[in-house]
Amino acid sequence: MARLLPYLLLMKLIIAIIKPFKLDDVREALVPLGIQGLTASEVKGFGRQKGQTEIYRGAEYQVSFLPKVKIELVVPDSLADAAVEAIHEAAHTGRIGDGKIFVLDVERALRIRTGEADDAAL
Amino acid sequence: MQHVEPGDVAWMLVCTALVLLMTVPGLALFYAGMVRKKNVLATMMQSFSLCALISVVWMVLGYSLAFTNGDAWIGDLSRVFLNGLGANWDKAFTLGAGTANPLPMHIPESVFVMFQMAFAIITPAVVTGAFADRMKYSALLLFMTLWSLVVYAPVAHWVWGANGWLNAMGIADFAGGTVVEINSGVTGLVCALVLGRRLGYGQENMAPWNLSFAVIGASLLWVGWLGFNSGGALGASGRTGMAVLATQIAAGGATLSWSFSEWFLRGKPSALGAISGAVAGLVAITPAAGFVLPGPALAIGIVAGALCFWSVTVLKPRLGYDDSLDVFGVHGVAGIFGTLATGVFAFGPLSATEALPNGAYAGGLHLLAVQAAGVMATLAYAGAASFLLLKVTDALVGLRVSRDEEREGLDIVLHGEQVF
Repeated sequence: MARLLPYLLLMKLIIAIIKPFKLDDVREALVPLGIQGLTASEVKGFGRQKGQTEIYRGAEYQVSFLPKVKIELVVPDSLADAAVEAIHEAAHTGRIGDGKIFVLDVERALRIRTGEADDAAL
Repeated sequence: MQHVEPGDVAWMLVCTALVLLMTVPGLALFYAGMVRKKNVLATMMQSFSLCALISVVWMVLGYSLAFTNGDAWIGDLSRVFLNGLGANWDKAFTLGAGTANPLPMHIPESVFVMFQMAFAIITPAVVTGAFADRMKYSALLLFMTLWSLVVYAPVAHWVWGANGWLNAMGIADFAGGTVVEINSGVTGLVCALVLGRRLGYGQENMAPWNLSFAVIGASLLWVGWLGFNSGGALGASGRTGMAVLATQIAAGGATLSWSFSEWFLRGKPSALGAISGAVAGLVAITPAAGFVLPGPALAIGIVAGALCFWSVTVLKPRLGYDDSLDVFGVHGVAGIFGTLATGVFAFGPLSATEALPNGAYAGGLHLLAVQAAGVMATLAYAGAASFLLLKVTDALVGLRVSRDEEREGLDIVLHGEQVF
């Protein structure tokens, strides 16, 4: 069974870290694909952008963690590539700090209200 | 004997409310917005507690020391616990009755006591910005009680008391350039030096936690300052209107000059810069309002904004002291500048009396020299006396919280509460 698991996986978890002001663009790009829901969180972090400098009455502070939005969504395998591409296009500005997208396998899904499982639960 | 004018009484009570509004919630919000999240309530408590404390101190002893006749240096004890106020409660008050320099008003003494009380409250509240984030609450209460009696009351007596020696020299200080601004500014500087820098100063991020609080606080200060400066006329008159107008013009000019200086030299006109500029202009016009015309008011504002931008962004880092919220850099520097500028720009006819139709105060070398003497005397006395009072307070209760307490934050350590 363990050896067969990779072939049975039918869902992907997509995690994207994006610029906060791109959240609505990303949502608008995903909905036409048939994505039924996503979770967004306000997060802080750093990447190659390495924070920014803020100046208050002449005192400079290096702010090393910048605000970003993290979105998480689980999609059927068949939609994963299209969803990643949609996020890529919608969140892209070409400037440093645009963020990253990660795709992970998902083992199970369950809708709490009805008990529906896997693809039917998404 | 002059009579009570209802218009003057009404206006002076409005001014009193406006000045009180500058401390609570004006200064409380202005300062609390600029500190870190762990010190917000403690900072607000400083202004709020001083509002309560100084009301009592002023009633018990402060008013008597500041405004009774006494001698050139200090008042007497005839108004301790406001003794004697009941005898003339509905009569028009004359400051310095029986002296060579009486100042008749058309308001009862109760209104004068209360208006001056609001000044006695806001002056130590301004000082708290210098030691924000690190002073013990017990030390605050003890130091400010002593300071109000040993520093504020005598300096107010020198400048505004009928027998005060600076008043006798002819100093022009309409609303407190020396008594309020230089006094609080130099005391703040001494506090910052004696208490030392905040832990992590220069290394850690000490960015303001919520500048929108500071913008609201500064806006309340701006509006309240119209009453602060024009109340110096002690009634409703043409001079009152001129003082309001000069105040507004100077604040506008200073806001613009700080903002444009910052925009040119640092790339962006910040909100913190705009409100700092406004306060600098309001401070600088404080001694001058009621003595100057609109043109000089604009010049005073424009210079004050750029000057204070320089003092907090260039001078302070170079000298290395940690005046947390720039009490000296704004109130001290603009107060000195404004007091001297009054000596140059005072327009005689605004202070005309029946005896002196050309005005008691006119700009010129003589007045400038008197103003400089007032600046030096206030700097020297407030600086030295504050230093001694801080040492006394330190010996009795200790001035500063411990290292660990400072790291944890004053809200939880001193007051057992958090802002959220």
